[in-house]
Amino acid sequence: MDALDRAIINSLQGGFPVCERPFEEVASRLHTSEQEIISRIGQLLERGILSRFGPMYHAERMGGSLSLAAMKIPAGDFERVAEVLNGIPEVAHNYARDHVLSMWFVLATETPQEHAAALEKIEQQTGYPVYDMPKIKEYFIGLRFAA
Amino acid sequence: MTTKMQLDEIDRRIVLATQSGLPLEAQPYHAVARQVGITAEEVMERMRHMLETGVIRRIGVVPNHYALGYKANGMTVWDVPDERVDELGEQVGALDFVSHCYQRPRHLPDWPYNFFAMVHGHDRGEVEELVQRIAGLIGDADRGHEILYSTRILKKTGLRIGG
Repeated sequence: MDALDRAIINSLQGGFPVCERPFEEVASRLHTSEQEIISRIGQLLERGILSRFGPMYHAERMGGSLSLAAMKIPAGDFERVAEVLNGIPEVAHNYARDHVLSMWFVLATETPQEHAAALEKIEQQTGYPVYDMPKIKEYFIGLRFAA
Repeated sequence: MTTKMQLDEIDRRIVLATQSGLPLEAQPYHAVARQVGITAEEVMERMRHMLETGVIRRIGVVPNHYALGYKANGMTVWDVPDERVDELGEQVGALDFVSHCYQRPRHLPDWPYNFFAMVHGHDRGEVEELVQRIAGLIGDADRGHEILYSTRILKKTGLRIGG
């Protein structure tokens, strides 16, 4: 990564303009050309340094339901349960964590009814109770990773 | 705070056209407009409105934090008095090394934690130092906390609405 790559990562984690020629506007801020910005973002995506470029949508404000949930899965049954969750489309992310509550996943559904149904399906198919932890409140997120 | 807004059909089509990314061309909103079948002006107007109402959190690049060297991802969980969680949430959420910060329900007796803050560091030592800074901020409201490190990503599909 060179200085321009870093400048793109550090200054463009929000605030991408909504206008006719947005890359041109970014380019003038970063003292380079429109085409250079477009190709740099493309390369950073290809190299996996960026995972996405575009709008980040707020699921709940689109009418969806999003929840963090966890289960206590014994080591010997871990792979089977991970496989079950892999096959459930409402499970968006799933992480192993070093705790008795060893499997942590995000359930994304379009309605609260689908959320309840997905929880029930997971409990039935895995045989373990789900600790559902929907957020009560979200605090301001800084979210800035410096490159 | 969590006002639900039903998107209309055109908004939904804009979400579907952009949720995996904006086109990398000089006029990306025009490209979206062609895909959705409306004018670029309408795409931009609707996207500005979604930004104002918080349906779009922000538009920009999302770094892969692993690729930037932030390899230790610690979910820190805290048991704090319910009446202080809002005040602490604003303070902890404003720290630049905290990427997510939420109040969540306890599951007593085995899960006493009602406050979550995700901390990213280059290694576990750095995460632990950062957690000490949070603990200093929380002070005597900290009735117990733990750091849960992720050890494996089992699934990561991203959030998608259906077509």
